[in-house]
Amino acid sequence: MQTSPGTAATILPIGSDADLAWARHQVRQAAAALGFGLVQQTKLITAASELARNTLVHGGGGHLEITPVAHGKARGLRLSFVDTGPGIRDLELAMTDGYTTGGGLGLGLSGARRLVHEFRVDTRPGGGTTVTVVMWLAGMPVPRPGTG
Amino acid sequence: MSVPSPGYAAPVPVLALGDVLLVTLQGDLHDDTAERLRQDLTRRIARHSGGRVTGVVIDISGVEVVDSYLGRVLAEIAASARLLAARTVLTGMRPAVAITLVELGLTLPGLLTALDVERALELLSGPDPAGARAPDAEGGG
Ligand SMILES: Nc1ncnc2c1ncn2[C@@H]1O[C@H](COP(=O)(O)OP(=O)(O)OP(=O)(O)O)[C@@H](O)[C@H]1O
Ligand SMILES: [Mg+2]
Repeated sequence: MQTSPGTAATILPIGSDADLAWARHQVRQAAAALGFGLVQQTKLITAASELARNTLVHGGGGHLEITPVAHGKARGLRLSFVDTGPGIRDLELAMTDGYTTGGGLGLGLSGARRLVHEFRVDTRPGGGTTVTVVMWLAGMPVPRPGTG
Repeated sequence: MSVPSPGYAAPVPVLALGDVLLVTLQGDLHDDTAERLRQDLTRRIARHSGGRVTGVVIDISGVEVVDSYLGRVLAEIAASARLLAARTVLTGMRPAVAITLVELGLTLPGLLTALDVERALELLSGPDPAGARAPDAEGGG
């Protein structure tokens, strides 16, 4: 996978409620600019909203990086949610539907994974968490994860 | 930052239509706005306990994204309303939102749904099958 030529990454802070709304807005703009359809846009923004809120609530804040990507003819959008918070001790457990250490529904991580094409979590206890997702434009061959 | 934040940061207006409260959500709701709405609605229903408020209609036709936070707030509104003997009807969910909610895995227990506000009011004017979860499935569209 490569970043698209001529398109820079956008970096947004995630430190408040208002930042979450701004992040959703920016993801929508980027997805619309790439030509994503309404359903795909909605899925991506919803996943972004879940992950950005995790960055804020569980990770103590951080940032979101939005990058247009290309793989052969395929075009997509990569979102990275980065924090330097406590990390996730048991990732498998955290990815389980309904698991939460807070008062949530525990659907954020597991649900977001179902909404996107690629999903990766890098985390270490005490070492922060980075969640990276990619959504490819519909109608194009979806590259197999790991071949980029 | 000089760029204004999109959507609401202001409170959501609640309209009283007889014994029904009508709320129209629009755009992107901040988390604290949704939470304030929940408290406001619950207070207004409780203030009229004694059967004054029998239903709440929440129109989300202007909402482009429902995530687990907003979904939980809506479910909590329905749960408190139920305890105060009022029913909650969600109307106007966009197809893209419905598709996304299913994949996210978010079910909205306790919420009745209707296609639009008119049908929601019709539904609420009918008898409350106390405890029954959904109206006649055939007519539900
Ligand atoms: N960025 C993060 N840093 C640290 N822990 C995290 C992070 N993201 C998720 N977690 C952990 O994983 C758990 C599951 O996350 P998930 O988003 O699925 O549920 P939730 O945030 O608790 O509830 P919901 O998102 O449904 O409101 C969290 O409760 C938290 O313990
Ligand atoms: Mg979460």
